[in-house]
Order: sequence, then C-alpha cells, then structure tokens
Amino acid sequence: MADVLVALSGGVDSSVAAALLIEQGHQVTAVTLKLWGGETDSGCCSVSDVEDARRVAQQLGIDHHVFNFGEDFDRHVVAPYVEAYAAGQTPNPCVECNRHIKFDKLFRRADALGFDLIATGHHAQITELDDGTRRIARGADVGKDQSYVLHMLDQSQLARLLLPVGAFDKGRVRELASELGLRTADKADSQDVCFIERSPGRGDGARKAFLGERIPLKPARIVDSEGTELGTTDSIEMVTIGQRKGLDLGGGTDRRYVTEIDHENATVVVGDLADTMTTRTEVPDLTWSSEPVSDGLTAQSAAHAKRMPVTVVGTTLVWAEPHPKVAAGQSVVLYLGDDVVGGGIAGQELASVDAARLPRPSADLT
Amino acid sequence: MVHYLDHAATTPVRSDAIDVMVPLLREGYGNPSGAHRMARAANVVLDDSREAMATALGCAPGEIVFTAGGTEADNLAVYGALESFDGTDPVAVCSAIEHNAVLDPVVHSGGRVVPVLANGVIDLEALRASLDDQVAIVSVMVVNNEVGVVQPLAEIAEIVREHAPNALLHTDAVQALCWIDLAEAASSFDLISISAHKFGGPKGVGALVVRDRTTLEPRVRGGGQERGRRGGTQNVAGIAAMAAAATATVAERDAQCARLEAMRDRLIAGIVAEVSTASGADAVHVTGADSPTTPNIAHLCFDGIENEALLFLLEKNDVMASAASSCSSGAMEPSHVLAAMGLPSSVGLGSLRLSLGYASTEADVDAAIAAVPAAVARLREMGS
Repeated sequence: MADVLVALSGGVDSSVAAALLIEQGHQVTAVTLKLWGGETDSGCCSVSDVEDARRVAQQLGIDHHVFNFGEDFDRHVVAPYVEAYAAGQTPNPCVECNRHIKFDKLFRRADALGFDLIATGHHAQITELDDGTRRIARGADVGKDQSYVLHMLDQSQLARLLLPVGAFDKGRVRELASELGLRTADKADSQDVCFIERSPGRGDGARKAFLGERIPLKPARIVDSEGTELGTTDSIEMVTIGQRKGLDLGGGTDRRYVTEIDHENATVVVGDLADTMTTRTEVPDLTWSSEPVSDGLTAQSAAHAKRMPVTVVGTTLVWAEPHPKVAAGQSVVLYLGDDVVGGGIAGQELASVDAARLPRPSADLT
Repeated sequence: MVHYLDHAATTPVRSDAIDVMVPLLREGYGNPSGAHRMARAANVVLDDSREAMATALGCAPGEIVFTAGGTEADNLAVYGALESFDGTDPVAVCSAIEHNAVLDPVVHSGGRVVPVLANGVIDLEALRASLDDQVAIVSVMVVNNEVGVVQPLAEIAEIVREHAPNALLHTDAVQALCWIDLAEAASSFDLISISAHKFGGPKGVGALVVRDRTTLEPRVRGGGQERGRRGGTQNVAGIAAMAAAATATVAERDAQCARLEAMRDRLIAGIVAEVSTASGADAVHVTGADSPTTPNIAHLCFDGIENEALLFLLEKNDVMASAASSCSSGAMEPSHVLAAMGLPSSVGLGSLRLSLGYASTEADVDAAIAAVPAAVARLREMGS
C-alpha cells in the first residue's frame, strides 16, 4: 500500500483516521503541526494535545513527528484574519489554514520527505467521477460535515488526499476510538477559531480582546435606513450582518437587524428582517473544482449554514429565494448534490442603501 | 545501525558509570544521612564521589553541591546569588547566548542580557557597561551548547571583578567538562554548574561548585543535606556514576580532543565540499568558523531548506542529529543563540548541529558525510 503521512491533531477524528489507515494496510507516519501557542505552550496546539497525539501514535505503533509551522500559520492565517477584520470583513481562518498550511505547506513537506499520500481527520469524502475527476463531498455525518472548509482543494491535492473518517458518523468514530482504547475517545471537539482561547461565559469577548490587542477597534454610529442615528458601537469589527442582539439602540421595541456595515464610513445600518436578505452575492474569486456547473446548484455561505438553491452568473451568485446577506470574507461553497463543485470568498454586499444619503460620521468617531 | 551525532544533547552512559551504579541500586541503597552501617556505606560512596568530582573540577570536596542536574545548578546559582545579595534591588547579568536554564531566571528576575559579537563571543564592552554595584551575579557559559563557541573566562572575570565588586561570578560549564580543564579555565569563578549526562553519566544528576568564601541561599530547603545548600536525599547511585564518568572523561580529555577535532574537521569539510559542489558555495554556512570553539560541534546552516525536514530525512538514514533547541512539544523553535549572533532567521531555519563525543566513530562521520548532502540536495530540489 501507500506511504501515508497522517496529520494527527491530538483529537479523536485524526486518531481514528490513523487507525483506519493502518487497518487498510498503509505504511503510516503521524505528524502533529505546532501552529500556535508560542513559548507558553497553552491553548491550542498545546503540549497536552501533542502529548495525546504522541500517545495515540505510540498505541498504534507508528512514528510520530512534530512540525513547527507557527511562522507560516502566523503569516497566512492569523495576520490575514486580523487584517480582514480591520478591513471590515468576516474571515474564516479554518479555510485559510487548510488552503495555506494543511494542504499547501504540509503537502510540500510531505512530498519532499517522500510520502505518497496525506490523510487528515476531516469529516468529508472524496468522490471520483467516471472521467477520473475528483470532488470533495459531504461527510457521512451531516452535523459534523467539513466539506465546506475544504472547497479550495484542486485535482492534484485531491489525488493525494485520504479522508478516512468521512464515511462514518461521529458517534461511530468515538466508538472505534473507544474499541481501540485510544485516549482521545472522549475528548471534546475542537473549537471554531483554534487560536483564540475562549473562557467560559465570555462569548465574543475573547475575539474582541484578541483583535483589540492587534488593531485599533473602530467606533461606529448605528443608523436606520433613513440615516437617523439610533446609537453607537465601540467596535464595528464585532458587528455582523443579520445581527439582532447586542446592539444598544435605546428605547425602541421594534426588532432591528443589521442590514449594512459600511466600515469605511464607520456606519452600521439597521432595519427590518427583510432588509437583511438579498438575492445576489458577489464572489469575485469564485473558482470551480473542474468544469463549471449550471443546473442544480446549491450554495452554503457559512460553516454550518443551510445550503440554498442558486444559479451562478459569472462571479455573481443569484439565490433562487431571498437569502441572508453574506458577510464579506466568508467562504461561499457551491454544491451539486453532496459534491463540492466550486467556491470562493464573498465580496462586499452590493449596497441597497444609497451611501450618499447616509450622514458622514463626525471626526470624533473615526 | 544508528549513527549518533547528538552528543551535545546527551551522551551514552559510560559502561564504567553503569557498573558503579547498578550494585548501588541493588545492594548499596542506604540513605547516606542515616546512622547504621548501610547508611554509612552510602555516605562513604558520597564522600568518595565528592572527592572525585573535586579532583575533576579543581575545587575542594566541600565546595561541591550535588543537584538534580545542570538546570537546577544554574537556577540555584542565579536565584541563590540574588537572594544572598547584601543590599536592595540586586541585578543578575548574563550573556544573550546562555542556555535557558540561566537566561530564563535572569530575565524572570528582571536582569540584564549582554549581547554577543557575530562570532558568538560576549561583547566585553557591553559587559562592562552593564555592570555596577547592584549586580549580584554575572553568568557567562564556558561553551555554548548550540554552536560550541568558547568564552574568554579570564577576561570576563577581570572585568566583572573591577566593575561589579559585589557580584558573584557564575559559569554554566555543562558543555565544557569533556573539552576544557575547568580547574584552570574557571579558577576565578565563584560558581560552576555541571551536568552528568553530558559526559557519560546518567540524567538527573549534576553539581554546582560553590567556593568556600561564597554565601549562597538554598533554593531547595529540607533535611540540611549538602551543608544546607540543597535539601533532599542525595541520588547516591547517580552521583557515584557521575563521579566515575567525570574521572574517565578527564583522564582521556586530551586524547579525545585531538581525535574528535580531526573527525569534526573532516565532517565539516566533507559536507561543505559536497553541498558546495552540488549547489554552490552560498548554499552552506559554517557557524563559528572564525570563533574559538570546542572540538566536538559542527554547526552548519543550509540555505533554502528547513531543518525539521532535514532532521526527518537524516533520521530515515539512521543519522541522529539536532537543529536549534526544541521546545517541550518536540517542535523546532527559532534559536535565540543564532539570533544573538546576528544570523537572519531565514538562515537559522536551515541550521544543523552535528555533535561528537567519546563514543563517536569514523563510521558515524562517514554516515553523516553521505546523508547530509543528499538530504540537503533533495530538499533544495523539492522545497519543504
């Protein structure tokens, strides 16, 4: 069989992925990526995660290495994440980590070291068409599906990738881990943004603190669609399209939703639920995994969002029915059935409010 | 067959050390602080070991404080000196290329870090400028663990005595015993740290030389062992093994230095020739080429590759080596030593340390000369 390098995070999915590969007869070597945590070794990529990975590898009887990709992670994931917020976008760092670290840096490293294939513990599958074209497809466990964050994989990457746990329910994965006596069997799932350490009850505070240490958070005024000022926020970066809670708008009892975020002019527009919907989303860097597809497409616009019917005109997605506006910076992934056929990053929403009618922010707000 | 070229990380335990250790673990297990004859027997072993260590280090037996390794000895020196300082706001001073066992306590205590020159030798002007009456301890290592650069201890001592009259002088000699006569080189130092596993002894044993004239507050208080300078029942078997290893090491030091220097030079020349031929002279840089170094370390930086990948390929060829210091997770971390010597981090990324020791053979050198250029060529071609 093949010489496979499995990315072992210290979690249950990659542990079972490694076990399945061994069972399939591959020659398996494990690697844990040290991406974050610096000298303190706390939070994600912590010593205890590496320790779990090392012990799992030992239990499975395979070699285990640690690669420090911290500098690449900082350059390609963390810095762009912060810059995106500073530019008024809502980035998805997992997508960038997959794009630049796991499926670029690690692939190149694996090639140089002579491995045939790479495996990860992602919940997604790889399908092969009659003509040999490969596609990422939804994982068997719909609730844990990670095909969304793998949409950027091209044919050469898909040809060298194995996703052994994609065919299983998460419950079954844990069962397998437990049957094998792996110490990660009951380990909690990883958090969404691994490099921001969340403390219980803090909610978005952790992200705000993380960003606040790196960029000046921008105060903004909150206005209605007529331009009447309703309140202010101390950080426009923390406001999301469609958001209802957490805005201090004083008295009014009406339900108000964020319908526009004009980062440049430090203005948040709120309005009715209907104003949070759109029929078009721009995806300037839209790419297809092989040939463009015209019929039967659905699109997913956030990690666990529902997929909705869509047609694609150039780089514009036209939703079949009004769809919640997509925050700039989010990945939009195109599916044909359960297969990923394309994707890209959403651009700024097409303004539905005439910006010229909005009041200019006063100097003390910018 | 494994080719072990990582003696600076740790050495194989000498068989004479193991021979001393095993019967002590099996039969000679008395507590040296006790009163009965088994205890007294253990205490005799301790006395003998202390005398042997004193001979190897050129100090009096009573000046040896046994510790659980080099890091503990270094910590005892720095924190002990700060706590013993006669006055307020004591300051610790060390060089920028110290091992973290010294650097971290110095930085942690708000001390001063003195830069080194491009050749890795401490900047004596900067050292002088960092000194004053508040300095409680100055710590400069004899031999650097990554690049093998040797520091001018006598000059350092002279400067410190003149400009920091209240300071204790400490040297981390953990990498030094195999190559340098500490009795001579560190004669004017108040405190000297050593670690057994760097010269054929077991891990978890070390010592701090504390000169008779020196007051040093203990870090580990307890049963009053080591004249109250380090509490805790002594690791008798480990200490005896360390003494045996030190005695053997000192006895063969001159011969090993000559033998290993020739091997090290052949190793560097062989790798540099191969890599330069394949990829050009700029593809490899010999760290410390213009510095005073010990005979055992070959430190090289290869252009355009990453040492993690290099070490992986070397291991596949049964060549055990190391790069910068690795952190507790086992991941490679950028080297503070190379940074202090002014090497750009892109150069340090391709660093490799091959270190020889008493157990090294010509076959080890041959294996490295074959494996390193091949791995470098592959990584330069494939990227990593």
